[in-house]
Amino acid sequence: MTNVSIMTFNILSILPILVLAGFGMIVLLIDVLTSRKLGEKNLLAYLSLLGIVVAAVLSRSSIGTATFSFNETFTIDNYSIFFNLIFLLSTGLTILISHNYIKREEINYGEYYALLMFSTIGMMLMASGADLLNIYIGLEVMSISIYILTGFKRSKLISNEASLKYFLLGAFATGFLLYGIALIYGSTGTINLRQIACFIAGRGGGLDPLLILGMGLIIVGLGFKVASVPFHAWVPDVYEGAPTAITAFMSVGPKAAGFAAFLRIFMTSFAYTHHEWQKIIYILAVLTMTTGNVVAIAQTNIKRMLAYSSIAHAGYLLIALVSANNMGVSGTLFYILAYIFMNIGAFAIVIVLSRKGDEFIQINDYAGLGFKHPLLAIAMTLFMLSMAGVPPMAGFVGKFYIFSAAIKSGYVGLAVIGVINSVISVYYYLRITVIMYMKEPAREFSPLTISPLIVAAIVISVVGTLQLGIFPSKVMEIAQRSIFTLK
Amino acid sequence: MIQYLPILILFIIAAGFAITNIGLSAVLGRRKPTAEKLSPYECGIDPVGTARERFSVKFYLIAMIFVIFDIEVVFLYPWAVAFKELKLFGFIEMLIFVGILLVCYLYIWKRGGLEWD
Repeated sequence: MTNVSIMTFNILSILPILVLAGFGMIVLLIDVLTSRKLGEKNLLAYLSLLGIVVAAVLSRSSIGTATFSFNETFTIDNYSIFFNLIFLLSTGLTILISHNYIKREEINYGEYYALLMFSTIGMMLMASGADLLNIYIGLEVMSISIYILTGFKRSKLISNEASLKYFLLGAFATGFLLYGIALIYGSTGTINLRQIACFIAGRGGGLDPLLILGMGLIIVGLGFKVASVPFHAWVPDVYEGAPTAITAFMSVGPKAAGFAAFLRIFMTSFAYTHHEWQKIIYILAVLTMTTGNVVAIAQTNIKRMLAYSSIAHAGYLLIALVSANNMGVSGTLFYILAYIFMNIGAFAIVIVLSRKGDEFIQINDYAGLGFKHPLLAIAMTLFMLSMAGVPPMAGFVGKFYIFSAAIKSGYVGLAVIGVINSVISVYYYLRITVIMYMKEPAREFSPLTISPLIVAAIVISVVGTLQLGIFPSKVMEIAQRSIFTLK
Repeated sequence: MIQYLPILILFIIAAGFAITNIGLSAVLGRRKPTAEKLSPYECGIDPVGTARERFSVKFYLIAMIFVIFDIEVVFLYPWAVAFKELKLFGFIEMLIFVGILLVCYLYIWKRGGLEWD
């Protein structure tokens, strides 16, 4: 019997995750041990925000280190820290926009906040995973919480349907991912990302069919999570059925986590075989962008439109993956950060305008918003222009970096397709602006349900969108410094 | 692939053993069916009604809770076997694990998951 080595047990490396888990359980216990009415759960929202801030501070404090722990299954480097901060930001903004919304929709249960935090833990595990199984576990922790959150409007049929659809398809996609991991293990004899890379490089040419198949299955599994075409069929229904605040969360958090895992696996382990997977991702990127943008034009429901637009954005991010150079990876980090601000901002406006029993989500409902609520309309216009990629907004800078990265790697055609898609998207983003300013109101606006927290979320989103667009260099520098440990 | 040959042989032996035995008893065995022998076995009591009945969804919750705490035991066994090597470290790890499950238990209890009505 050998002694089990506990040398690599490094509790400091997972401290942000532990803190978040602790806060999640405390929130759960406070909720369950006190009466349902206590302070209308304001305490729980503030406690969750505190947990997220503490986790962010702890995460930030280890910038500059690059360590492996737990027998090289877990890593903390600038890349994972950057993503951790992205996840925490998106969860924090989601809590800000949820607080009033879940009260209004009478789904004000403490589990809501706890599940949001548990889901964030899963994302952080995914970004920090240094072997395939850890990434898989992170993905499951993230997904299961979100399956429940999707069905959180328990009395609404559409929410239940969305949850069940997401769960069944998601479980199926996870099966693909796991099968891919198994095949890669069968081919290389390891699940450690760096050892896979060593194995592939050590063998030189002559790729194992098992390895190619495994790589393909991993693309399917992660492609589902980031909602790339043709694994996107669940997106519109699930985004429409889920509570709006959760839709906002779903369209940024899991997508960012999916790309974190995508980049980590493909840049670290499969960098040597990039000729094989670049072709697949190339096709996926073109399909994803085009389908997302073209179908978004036909939507009359703003939640569905934003769902297809989020598919299109996944397509732009896949371009960065195809180019597989430093500029592409840092561009992805930048773009995801920008996307969080503009997307959560847009959903925050949707939430402010809706009220219980009247979701107010037809695009024509927004007619005349520019006269009635000018500030909201200006904010919405900003977010729409940013998503369309108009300078000087954050979306423009992100797209600029990603398309430049594609050209730098010689994928001029792909960049051109990206730009054409970007032009198509201008149509449906600007349509909302046009309806807001140039049409008479089709109906009465309901009284706004504004709380300080949601105003804070909108202000943060506006500032973020403008700041990243006008002064991108500082964040870009951080993004560029975050990717050296990948290879 | 050659190192997997014993597994294949084991597969063939296992399948062959099962098929042979079932086949032999089908060929050689005697059959004297009576009404008692053909009726479904319900612990020796005469069958009452059909088995295709609806039953309360509450059993589902009970089964789910059972699985959670069953998994706990699955993890406790290997820990107990390796307890001497893991020393204090393993003990603290297991305390944390059981502590988290205790939170689950409190949650289920307080939410009324253990009550039948």
